[in-house]
Amino acid sequence: MNAIYWPSVFFLLFGAMACGFALAVLLSANIVRMAFYLVMSLAATAGLFFLAGQEFVGAMQLLIYVGGTLVLLIFGVMLTSQERFVNMKTLAGDWVIGMIAGGALLSLLTAAAFSVPEWRGPERAAVENLPIEPNATPIGMGLLGARVDQIGAPADERAGMAGYLFPFEIVSVHLLVVLIGAAYLARAKRRSNPLPTG
Amino acid sequence: MTTSLLANLLTEPPGVAHYMTVGAVMFVCGAMCMATKRNALGVLMGIELVLNGANLNFIAFGSKYLDNGGPQLGLDGSLIALFVIVLAAAEAAVALAIALNFYNNHDSIDVDRADQLQG
Repeated sequence: MNAIYWPSVFFLLFGAMACGFALAVLLSANIVRMAFYLVMSLAATAGLFFLAGQEFVGAMQLLIYVGGTLVLLIFGVMLTSQERFVNMKTLAGDWVIGMIAGGALLSLLTAAAFSVPEWRGPERAAVENLPIEPNATPIGMGLLGARVDQIGAPADERAGMAGYLFPFEIVSVHLLVVLIGAAYLARAKRRSNPLPTG
Repeated sequence: MTTSLLANLLTEPPGVAHYMTVGAVMFVCGAMCMATKRNALGVLMGIELVLNGANLNFIAFGSKYLDNGGPQLGLDGSLIALFVIVLAAAEAAVALAIALNFYNNHDSIDVDRADQLQG
C-alpha cells in the first residue's frame, strides 16, 4: 500500500467541486443561486491552477474572474431581478435535447482524453521531487517580449518563438475600447418626455 | 476494480487526462447552459463556464507536474490562459451592457423575447 499522494487528494477535492458546482449552475433554475454556484466553480478551478503549478494564473483567475467578472455578472442579476425573471424554468423538450447532445459530447471528450497514453498521469517518482519554480517572472518577461524559459533552446528552435509583447498591447487596447463601449452602451438614458411642458 | 481505481487516484499523481475530464464536464455544462437557459444572464454564465473549461486544458498542457512525455505547451499555456481570462472579462462587460439595454427596452430578460430580427 503506497502512501497517499496529497496533491492527488486536493485534485479530487477541487475537481469534484468544479464539476459539481458547474452541474449545479446547469440544473438550478434560480439565477441568484446560479451566480453563487458559478463563483464556487471558478474558485475551485483556481485551486486546480495552483495544483498544476501555475500559481500566477490561479491568482489572476481569483482576482479578475471571481473578483471582477462575476461581481459584474451579479450586478447584472441584481439590476434585472424582477420577480418573474428570478426563476425561469427550462422547457422539458429543451432538457431532453440538451441532455442527449451534452451527454454525447461529454462521453466523446472523456474517451478522447483517456485514449492518449501520454496524457495519463506521470509516474509518481518522476514528479514527486520536481523543484518548485515560481512562474510569475517568466510570464512577466514573456509579456514584455523576452522568453526567459527558452534561453537554453537551440537557435533554430527559438526562431519562431517570439514573446508576447504585441498580443499584450492588442489585448490592452481591446480591453480599453471594450470598457468604454460598455460604459457608453449601459449609460442611463434620459427619458424623452411624452408631454412637452412649456 | 472501483476501489483499486480510487486507490490509484489517491496514490498516483493526476495527469493531463484528468484535468481534461474536469474541463470537459465544465465545457459541456456551459454549452448546455447556453442552449437551455432562458435568462440572458444564465446564457452569459454558460459562456464563462465554457471559457474556464477550455482554460483548464491550456493550464494542464502547460504544467510540468502533469507531464508524462507528451507534447508540452510550457509557458505558452499559461500566457494563453491569461489572455483568455482578460478577453472573458471584456466579453462579460459588453454582453452585460447589451443585456441591460435589452432589459431597458423590452422590460424583459427572456432571450425568447428577442425575436425582432426574425423575418
